[in-house]
Amino acid sequence: MLTYVAKRLLMTIPTLLGAAVLIFFMLRVVPGDVIEVKLRGDGASVTQDVIDAERRRLGLDKPLPEQFTSWIAGLTRLDPGLSMWTGKPVVDEMSVRLPLSIQVAVMGALIATLIAVPMGTLSALYRDSPIDYLLRIFSLVGLAVPAFWFGMVMILLLLWLFNWLPPVIYTPFHVDPIANLSQLIWPALVVGIRYAAVVARMVRSSVIEVMKEDYIRTARAKGLAEKVIIIRHAMKNAMLPAITVIGLEFAFLMGGLVVTEQVFNLNGIGQLFVQAVAHRDFVLVQNIVMFIAAVFVFTNLAVDLLYAAIDPRIRYR
Amino acid sequence: MIAPNTLRMEKSASPGLVPVGPPSPGRALLTVNDLHVHFVQAGGVTRAVEGVSFSVRQGQILALVGESGCGKSATALALMRLLARPAGRVVKGEVLFDGVDLLKLSEAEMRERRGRDISMIFQEPMTSLNPVLSIGEQLMEPLIAHLGMNKQAARARSIDLLTMVGLTDPERRLEQYPHHLSGGMRQRVMIAMGLACNPKLIIADEPTTALDVTIQAQILELMRDLSRRLNIALIIITHNLGIVARYADSVNVMYAARLVERGDADAIFARSSHPYTVGLIDSIPRLDRPRQGRLSTIEGMPPDLMALPAGCRFAPRCPHRVDKCDHDPSLVAVEPGHLSACWRAGELVTGALQARATATDALLSIGPATAPVRVTVQELKRHFKVSAGRGWFSGAATVKAVDGVSFDIRQGETLGLVGESGCGKSTIGRAILNLDAVTAGSIIIDGQNIADKRAREVRRRTQVIFQDPFSSLNPRMSVSEIIGEPLAVYKFEPDAQRIEARVQELLGQVGLMPYMAERYPHELSGGQRQRVGIARALALKPSIIVCDEPVSALDVSIQGQIINLLDELQQRLGLTYLFIAHDLAVVRHISHRVAVMYLGRIMELADRDELYRNPRHPYTQLLLDAAPVPDPVIERGRRPRVAKGELPSPINQPKGCVFSTRCPMATVECSQAVPALRQIADGHYVACIKVEPC
Ligand SMILES: Nc1ncnc2c1ncn2[C@@H]1O[C@H](COP(=O)(O)OP(=O)(O)OP(=O)(O)O)[C@@H](O)[C@H]1O
Ligand code: SF4
Ligand code: SF4
Ligand SMILES: [Mg+2]
Repeated sequence: MLTYVAKRLLMTIPTLLGAAVLIFFMLRVVPGDVIEVKLRGDGASVTQDVIDAERRRLGLDKPLPEQFTSWIAGLTRLDPGLSMWTGKPVVDEMSVRLPLSIQVAVMGALIATLIAVPMGTLSALYRDSPIDYLLRIFSLVGLAVPAFWFGMVMILLLLWLFNWLPPVIYTPFHVDPIANLSQLIWPALVVGIRYAAVVARMVRSSVIEVMKEDYIRTARAKGLAEKVIIIRHAMKNAMLPAITVIGLEFAFLMGGLVVTEQVFNLNGIGQLFVQAVAHRDFVLVQNIVMFIAAVFVFTNLAVDLLYAAIDPRIRYR
Repeated sequence: MIAPNTLRMEKSASPGLVPVGPPSPGRALLTVNDLHVHFVQAGGVTRAVEGVSFSVRQGQILALVGESGCGKSATALALMRLLARPAGRVVKGEVLFDGVDLLKLSEAEMRERRGRDISMIFQEPMTSLNPVLSIGEQLMEPLIAHLGMNKQAARARSIDLLTMVGLTDPERRLEQYPHHLSGGMRQRVMIAMGLACNPKLIIADEPTTALDVTIQAQILELMRDLSRRLNIALIIITHNLGIVARYADSVNVMYAARLVERGDADAIFARSSHPYTVGLIDSIPRLDRPRQGRLSTIEGMPPDLMALPAGCRFAPRCPHRVDKCDHDPSLVAVEPGHLSACWRAGELVTGALQARATATDALLSIGPATAPVRVTVQELKRHFKVSAGRGWFSGAATVKAVDGVSFDIRQGETLGLVGESGCGKSTIGRAILNLDAVTAGSIIIDGQNIADKRAREVRRRTQVIFQDPFSSLNPRMSVSEIIGEPLAVYKFEPDAQRIEARVQELLGQVGLMPYMAERYPHELSGGQRQRVGIARALALKPSIIVCDEPVSALDVSIQGQIINLLDELQQRLGLTYLFIAHDLAVVRHISHRVAVMYLGRIMELADRDELYRNPRHPYTQLLLDAAPVPDPVIERGRRPRVAKGELPSPINQPKGCVFSTRCPMATVECSQAVPALRQIADGHYVACIKVEPC
């Protein structure tokens, strides 16, 4: 098991490196650069000399492969470089915003799982009953309605019902949980509902499939209570495909925070990303995208490990 | 509770007429009265069981036989109240178990009885155990639930149970998961689970259908033994009449949701008094009788349970139909303890009506020994690389699916290839069809090596018929498209009109009606689908056909029809067959020569009659012993030797003779060198060092 984990960890290196190459060079195809945006952005006329000097200062005059290797070298030292726009270390720029985004994502995932698993299971067990129809409507709505609309409706509802708006200033959870939650629970709900819709559909169909399996019939023939059959025999099997979806959606959710943060005016990683793109702050953009890629790769790894822990048929190879 | 009249009749019958095995005529343990089961779906109501009544005594083995779809499993599931919900429901009837009507119990009361008083064993050992729970967890469950044992006690009892069902190393098995075990071992675990709480009744639904013959014999011997020893009543559901003859005390024959005949095994086989039973018994090829020409078959198909004909349900297929048959016959006694639902049962049982087909002359003349050789397989090897082991150093292992096989097939001949699953039969078939690369050796058809790119013409002449008529036909193509496809691909016919004409001709050849050309596979029965598969194989006018288990997915009566069709086509078109199957009787019926395979090698090869009359290889002998014959008298007379053990893993093949781990005659020498296939008599080859030439 340990060697398997070690092996899988090693295998993430080429994956991440490949992602880095893609991100780096695709960004360089985007027209414009940070210096033009910064110096000519407001229509001011700046001489070419000034621009060239600025380029030299930021290392943009070096050949691309060299820029790439120095970025990667920095990453290995956990030093992703300086923001081209603010000149502050990327680590600082990201680390003030990350806790918020991660908290929203994790809370969203938790809410989704807590809603989706019981709901999907119930609707599978009581197929074509009112519960089932309710879930099916819920997941249809969840999938069809865009996140920003959900977010806006939620804000309007809060305003209309309680004449209250969530705070805009981020308070870390350990400082003041109440203040923290009163700000972040709403965006978490918004991402969670969509997420839950996807997962619940998966749980529903996989429970339906599993309940048709021969081993469920065997368990019934043994005279086990229905509760035991569902929890011990069905859920463990049904969770296998659900775990994959939960993991995959989590990674997507991190990438998709942009919209939700915009709607709730949260100063998170999504907002940072939007600003960085607008500024053509390539260093910042590539590091944010790289971070999302890493989340993707590691959730995948976590899903596989969890899978292997549940399913004895999977060999650690 | 008083048993119904049918039972009283049986009781009075048992002393005089027929000696019924060991069980003493005790009281009825389970009595089913007038059971009706419906499945209600959007498309209509399927009347799966209609008015079935029977009873079982303690220690008795009762068989429920019939073709697929006749309601056997529905009956069994209804007894356990495990019918698929919400479609399945018992609409009428009584199931008295120990005097209590199971159908009137609450769900909780029923649950207490399931697994404790009545257990059930299912057909598919591969899917009937939960893949993510260990054997121990699954085995201990009923002990903890029903007997209130604690973990230690349940564990100890589980070890006893695994030992009782003949699994070695029980402590380790408890920690293992189902995928660690072979099909036979899983079925033993299922039996252990069934026995866990000392049930009074075990219902086994096709318990060995998915298993190989030698394993089937092991499992059934075990079940009979346990039933006798522990006085457990056993209901065996099967379509295999050989199993019925070997193991059953009492037999119930079902047809189209009804019981059509019931009696002691001897009476059912010796004095069958329903034309359906007669047809069933006659339509299977027999190992215990000289080979007949055509198999007699039951023509047509069972009726649709959603739209049943009035009158006798067997009438459309019955050769003895009379006017009276428009009215429903009821199940009445024809002799004490022997009941039949046929107006002419009296004539049948006394022999006034000759029902048995008289053996026709052998259609198939033996050994076209002078005909030219069409196919030559020389030292064929097919090895697969598979990964094995764990961790960083997982190495590649080799599965020797086929390891040095040579044979030839002459023009107009059928070579039968028999052996248990995984022995490499299909791999050889695929190699001959050039669907798969070979590791070593060569295959020569009509003087041309088929690996040669220019051998396209030879490949056209070699076609295949597959086992599974379901999955081998594209569901979105109509019958005429399926049959016409190879014609178009090979530009065999110039235009659409000619293709159409050829399709019609082919349909006629395989006995399908012209209008079936427009149907889709799901609108056809299994037998009709297999006919379409045969028509497709014939489209390009091939002369060599590889038949890979062409009848093993079909019901007995349909199987006979297809075998006859293959036989006829061979005569008419001069075809050469490689016939791959695991059923020894079917292979004997259709082949001129037979090769017996085990773990990628040929063990014995001889003319059909020679091989079956005088099997010399220990493996062939065990195979023949393991296959039950549909005649209780013969079965009682022989004590089948049961092959020990399991098929070794193909990755760790035994050294020397591959059969040495299971061979009753094995000695040290056997594991020293691989025995060569030697000729011991004219045309009779055996790969065993203990067999002397005669
Ligand atoms: N693609 C493959 N990769 C690895 N092993 C294979 C492959 N194909 C076949 N085998 C192995 O080769 C052996 C023979 O397979 P094959 O399907 O020819 O057997 P068979 O006698 O026809 O079995 P059955 O009666 O179950 O169809 C088996 O052990 C099988 O697991
Ligand atoms: S009742 Fe008539 S049709 Fe039915 S099986 Fe008997 S003879 Fe045949
Ligand atoms: S060679 Fe030995 S092990 Fe193999 S079949 Fe003959 S007697 Fe048995
Ligand atoms: Mg096969």
